[in-house]
Amino acid sequence: MLTLLGVAVVVVGFVIRLNPLLVIGAAAFVTGLCAGLPPLAILSALGKAFNDNRYVSLLWLILPLIGLLERHGLQERARMLVGRIRVVTVGRLLLLYFILRQVTASLGLTSLGGHPQMVRPLIAPMAEAAAEKEFGPISDDIRFRVRANAAAVDNVALFFGEDVFIAIGSILLIKGFLQQSGILVQPFELSVWATPTAILALLIHGTRVFLLDRKLKCEATPVSE
Amino acid sequence: MITLQFCYVVAGLAFGGFAVLSAFDRSNPKRFGNTAFWGLLAASFLFGDDLSDWQNGALVIALIVPGGFGLLGCGKPQTTTPEERRAKALQHGNWLFAPALLVPAIALFGTLFLKQLRIDALPLLDARNVTVISLVVGIVVALAVAMLWLRPRRVAPLQEGRRLADMVGWAIILPQLLASLGAIFALSGVGKAVGEIATRYLPLDKPFEAVVVYCVGMAAFTAVMGNAFAAFPVMTAAIGLPLIVHQFHGNPAIMAAIGMLSGFCGTLTTPMAANFNIVPAALLELPDRNGVIKVQLPTAGLMLIANTLLMYALVFRF
Repeated sequence: MLTLLGVAVVVVGFVIRLNPLLVIGAAAFVTGLCAGLPPLAILSALGKAFNDNRYVSLLWLILPLIGLLERHGLQERARMLVGRIRVVTVGRLLLLYFILRQVTASLGLTSLGGHPQMVRPLIAPMAEAAAEKEFGPISDDIRFRVRANAAAVDNVALFFGEDVFIAIGSILLIKGFLQQSGILVQPFELSVWATPTAILALLIHGTRVFLLDRKLKCEATPVSE
Repeated sequence: MITLQFCYVVAGLAFGGFAVLSAFDRSNPKRFGNTAFWGLLAASFLFGDDLSDWQNGALVIALIVPGGFGLLGCGKPQTTTPEERRAKALQHGNWLFAPALLVPAIALFGTLFLKQLRIDALPLLDARNVTVISLVVGIVVALAVAMLWLRPRRVAPLQEGRRLADMVGWAIILPQLLASLGAIFALSGVGKAVGEIATRYLPLDKPFEAVVVYCVGMAAFTAVMGNAFAAFPVMTAAIGLPLIVHQFHGNPAIMAAIGMLSGFCGTLTTPMAANFNIVPAALLELPDRNGVIKVQLPTAGLMLIANTLLMYALVFRF
């Protein structure tokens, strides 16, 4: 039971908004010490895990490319593209991206999206441009809300789309775990039963995104007066 | 053969470039903090496999110090002005999207087709890590194409990369560090302790109660761990299999599929899922680091209710 103290460190640390790196470092040592591990063993385990997980950080290699393209006007081009299309609103644009992201994820194409590759350089500037086109100059508050919504669409569409594909990591994990417990399921069965949730996610988050237009309109009006 | 090791060297050189350029950036009052941080990260990528485990651990602590105590500043490499960017955007047109889209295209192509490709009996890509290697190859190729086309100064991609990397700052190592914390949790038996609590203190006498505890437990435990993959084996071994499947005769495929998706509801709510929630807030320059989570909370709540009801409606019927 004492090992849960590390979990408490994480929760409290995040709630009082300490720097997450310090929180995680502290949580690792508290958990390890409570489990009776000597400090050097904890240090070694942490180092080994960090080294083994380096592939997690490889995605950052995209930053020089995105930065270079931004230097040559990528975000501005994304804005221009939206400015030309009259029917585009924030809600419609994000709904379209939601559907594209969910459908491609459900075909296993999870790399066709993501925050550094798609949201920051393309989707967020497009959504902002759509808001500016509709409401004129927008307050920072609304600008940040629009950006946060662009990021949220990417997450929700990915999470509730990817499991429809039979060879995604989580499906393989489920299959492997159940197999260890003596239950054989086919990946196809799992992906079939992930489909109702995928549809509900589209309905629920799609509706919220769709209503965003109306909410932004209410809030944007006083600014443009 | 292109291996993961090759990718690590590329990343190490890029981070090393950030470190060197940071040292010369007089616009950043904390420039040596940045140099230390990017330099240590570069060392991890270049020499991590040559270091012993405790040395790597010391390196992690050394990374946490500048990142955790606010010793990082934000460098301001020379870049283009908004006016210049608008002019360039008009000049280059929609071709600007091409290099950005080339990355997923190559990543996809590599994952699907290059897995089997062999040159002199050696596979071109290391098959175990084909997805992430294809992604890195895609980035390198797209960057080469962009350099040949746009012809900026040689150092421009490193400077522009540093501009974005400084903006994300310490959050860059957060996903990797959280994965490491997960390893410590596993080593210390945190999962088992949570499972014991769930089974000992929660009502589980009726099928509906078991479904609710399983789904909500998946979401809550995922929120704590930041990862549904860590929560799934624990919750399923503690509640899913013994109660929903064996005692109440539910369908294991439905239980597992919807259980995992209930966990994803938790992922939407937690700063522990850094790459999905904290990193984008930094990338989009949001003042509130929980800004993305706040937008996601209502969807997460509604989806958890939907998943719970869906599981109850389906799991005992098929």
